[in-house]
Amino acid sequence: MSIPRSFWGFRRENGRVGVRNHVIILPLDDLSNAACEAVANNIKGTLAIPHAYGRLQFGEDLELHFRTLIGTGANPNVAAVIVIGIEPGWTKRVVDGIAKTGKPVEGFSIEGNGDLMTIAHASRKAKDYLHWASEKQREECPISDLWISVKCGESDTTSGLASNPTVGNLIDKLDPLGIYSCFGETSELTGAEKVCATRAKTPEAGKKFLATWQAYMDDVIEPYKTSDLSESQPTKGNIAGGLTTIEEKAFGNLEKIGKKTSYVDVLGPAEAPAAGPGLYFMDTSSAAAECVTLQAAAGFTVHLFPTGQGNVIGNPIEPVIKLSANPKTVRTMSEHIDVDVSGILRREINMDQAGDMLIDMAIRTANGRVTAAEALGHREFVLTKLYRSA
Amino acid sequence: MSQAPDFLVHEHTDVVGVVVVETVQPGAKLQGWVMDKDTTIEVEALDAIPLGHKVALTDLAPDDTILKYGHDIGKIIAPVRKGGHVHVHNAKTKRW
Repeated sequence: MSIPRSFWGFRRENGRVGVRNHVIILPLDDLSNAACEAVANNIKGTLAIPHAYGRLQFGEDLELHFRTLIGTGANPNVAAVIVIGIEPGWTKRVVDGIAKTGKPVEGFSIEGNGDLMTIAHASRKAKDYLHWASEKQREECPISDLWISVKCGESDTTSGLASNPTVGNLIDKLDPLGIYSCFGETSELTGAEKVCATRAKTPEAGKKFLATWQAYMDDVIEPYKTSDLSESQPTKGNIAGGLTTIEEKAFGNLEKIGKKTSYVDVLGPAEAPAAGPGLYFMDTSSAAAECVTLQAAAGFTVHLFPTGQGNVIGNPIEPVIKLSANPKTVRTMSEHIDVDVSGILRREINMDQAGDMLIDMAIRTANGRVTAAEALGHREFVLTKLYRSA
Repeated sequence: MSQAPDFLVHEHTDVVGVVVVETVQPGAKLQGWVMDKDTTIEVEALDAIPLGHKVALTDLAPDDTILKYGHDIGKIIAPVRKGGHVHVHNAKTKRW
């Protein structure tokens, strides 16, 4: 298959290209979810993104909260943003961060106005934004404008045999064409961390990866673990699917970055890449929605999600393409699977053909095809919390 | 191999293969595809092994290292015969 060299996307004010055209209603905090959902209910075609946090956070955890919300609004899959917060100060901080992209964004705060007045004002502005966004047209964009994130979930041994290497095959083919790509899942590289370190483009990036992995072990796993983490990492689903140890899971996981591609840098959670095109590692949890939320907040626009046992995750702003090689999963959960690569296990197709099938689906999705997760309404938006609030 | 394989092996040095058909009963003669060498091997199953679960390609004893992907993925904690089911009842991580 000759790889398409272009796709049809929405070019934004800052030059980035989106594959969706959402007008989002973004709460600063948990208290503002109700108003955001009311606005999205008033103005059909807008999307509220409720979440659980934003109060009394401080330090690095608060910075991550702002970076994730601002990054979500700034993502080129988003045309325009309404931000609603309980008070105006932090609301403005999110608005100002998103405004740097040049896209329309306005903030509303509830204290002194009440929900009803806030909803009325925000709904009028959301309606203006929706009319404006609805007239945006897709234009032909070079494939180098594609930003692809990858993360697997409810993996089993078929993930490491077939669906993860299919993603790797795509990465190996598209990386030379100048795309940006991102993998994460710090804890889930345990056992394969030394091999992963050798996949860095520079010794500095490899050292940075190992330091990031070690910090996760020292700061998160060691202080809090009460066992060998069996049933958490690997999960109950992983174990049901035949994965026995974290090391086994990690080597399967690493198949997603292909055989040839090396990563140029290591990103903090929700940090946008700044070292040019290429593959990046991001320090993330291995929980699906937390990881994809952070990758979307870093600006990635299309997500590839291999699953074995059948994780059903989606994301509100970044389309999640699901592939599986497990013949039972593609039969019993077919409505969740965009690309069936179970033929690899029966030797009906080879990895190269599977990679081409996934490239085809990635381009079609970028051009506007609705994913299974979008059709089924999966919009999991989960903020990563570094520690308890004050 | 003309027929679809019953199990796959990542690397020829691996001591386990992965069952890729939905039901394997004890006594079944399993055809395996060793992917890195593109060769075929045969193993007789000793246990019922579900889809996605591992079959031992050699006799394994406690503290043996389990090689898969050509790498160390953990250790054996209870003896397993060639053709036996390898999973959490007889294998464990070396981490955490």
